[in-house]
Amino acid sequence: MSVTADDVRRIARLARIAEPEDRLDALTGELNGILNWIEQLNEVDVEGVEAMTTPVKFPLPQRVDNVTDGDCRERVLANAPKSDEGFFVVPKSVE
Amino acid sequence: MSDLLKLSLDEVTTKLKAKEVSATELAKDALAAAQAAQPALNAFTAFDEDKTLAMAAASDEKLAKGEGGLIEGAPIAIKDLFAVEGVSTTASSNILKDFKPTYESTVTSTLWGNGGVFLCKTSMDEFAMGSSNETANTGPVNNPWTGANGEMLTPGGSSGGSAAAVAADLCFGATGTDTGGSIRQPAAFTGTVGVKATYGRTSRWGTIAFASSLDHPGPFAKTVKDSAIMLQAMSGHDPKDSTSLPNDVPNFVAACGQSVKGLKIGVPKEYRVDGMPEEIEKAWQQGIEWLKAAGCEIVDITLPHTKYALPAYYIVAPAEASSNLARYDGMRYGLREEGEDLTAVYENTRAAGFGHEVQRRIMIGTYVLSAGYYDAYYLRAQKVRTRILEDFDKAFQTVDAILTPSAPSAAFALGSKSDDPIAMYLNDVFTVTANLAGVPAMSVPAGTDKDGLPLGLQIITRALDEETMFKVGHAIEDAAGFNAKPEKWW
Repeated sequence: MSVTADDVRRIARLARIAEPEDRLDALTGELNGILNWIEQLNEVDVEGVEAMTTPVKFPLPQRVDNVTDGDCRERVLANAPKSDEGFFVVPKSVE
Repeated sequence: MSDLLKLSLDEVTTKLKAKEVSATELAKDALAAAQAAQPALNAFTAFDEDKTLAMAAASDEKLAKGEGGLIEGAPIAIKDLFAVEGVSTTASSNILKDFKPTYESTVTSTLWGNGGVFLCKTSMDEFAMGSSNETANTGPVNNPWTGANGEMLTPGGSSGGSAAAVAADLCFGATGTDTGGSIRQPAAFTGTVGVKATYGRTSRWGTIAFASSLDHPGPFAKTVKDSAIMLQAMSGHDPKDSTSLPNDVPNFVAACGQSVKGLKIGVPKEYRVDGMPEEIEKAWQQGIEWLKAAGCEIVDITLPHTKYALPAYYIVAPAEASSNLARYDGMRYGLREEGEDLTAVYENTRAAGFGHEVQRRIMIGTYVLSAGYYDAYYLRAQKVRTRILEDFDKAFQTVDAILTPSAPSAAFALGSKSDDPIAMYLNDVFTVTANLAGVPAMSVPAGTDKDGLPLGLQIITRALDEETMFKVGHAIEDAAGFNAKPEKWW
């Protein structure tokens, strides 16, 4: 499988990365180089093989559902690009 | 530079406990040496002298009372992927260039609990994506080892700054993270010891995520015993990381120096790759001979899916990265670039904040997870990952450890591979399998090539059996008697 410049534009949109038009061709070439190289996985017989999602062999532990942290608004906001009156300030997202 | 900095971690902590040297004196020496080396090596991203000296003073107080932890008073360098409270933590990325965490990663807080003194943050490939430290937003790190004609070499990556700092005797140990080889390959390139323990042995909490099912925090050190001490001082169960191992931490340090007699060592034929320099093959053969002489039995084994590990990794890791890095949206922390609407703010922020390699990997990850391609790419790669784990499971039915080269070459010149992503990715051909399987692996310096550059050997063992890894690593170190050091030019 290979991707076109249109596909790359769509992938960039999905990834929320503004890729300038003049970079699309170069990116298409780079991504196709990698995707073609990855194609060799088709040689592996994976019939009936389970997909591995993690090397962890024990069940996911569950903790008691208690509040264990909080009351630290200033610390939470300390790295905000914009904040005001104890809130994050974000661009308008609802018309 | 003070000769104190040339000591091993083991030696210096002995001197600290005997009060032959103070933690404050040591911290001042290390700060001065690291800062003096910075213009030449470019290995560091942040210092905080007040913090360093305050921590050293606290160590001196404890040492004066005959108290103190495993590494009390020893200055430690920290890869810029670990959150250190109040200190710039950027993952060598513009998107986090002003980020100062208000919390401490579990690994660093465990190190401080064991008496470590924060020395500085170290440069890395942006978000740990790279094998040469050239994708760092602050530019490449120079390897203390230089080429035959004095050319600048890569220290490897992604943990290049930490590897360079240990190799140049600027600290007594450093942290790294290893997602596909980012500790072991730089260790091999700098003549240092690098360890990636069993997945989950060291907590990932507070470590900036790249690919969560593959990320392994671990140490760089000057000797195998030092690396065991460092790993001991970093490990343990962490309720804040749901993948953290609940098992007790074995005594890694005690394993160093124990006999390897009777151990079965596997030598996988698939690690003999095309174009591998003869000297690497020679170092590997030498390693086999050393272990034979120490009483090990050498067994030829096969890990048939080895060649598929890297392509599988370049689906799984970007997929997880595209998800993990979705958090950098310019809203709650990090860079924000304005735009005409919310989507434009996201897109402009991520275009300005991420470098090319990170953008490329996010896009590969986005593509392989997107509708219509998930089964063909992502699901297949996860199944191949199972095949790789099965290879190891089968091999470990007959052998106790596996010996391979750590990397397919010695350190290469900066700029020589940066235009070819796949050539760069191939650096991790020997290391990436252990990340996919989650098994422990370490790189130990084994000799030098014709240009005098260090070469490393890798030891891989069963999950949870770091002790055998340290035993074999120590035996290799003993036999190799590797004591080459880069000539100081920085």
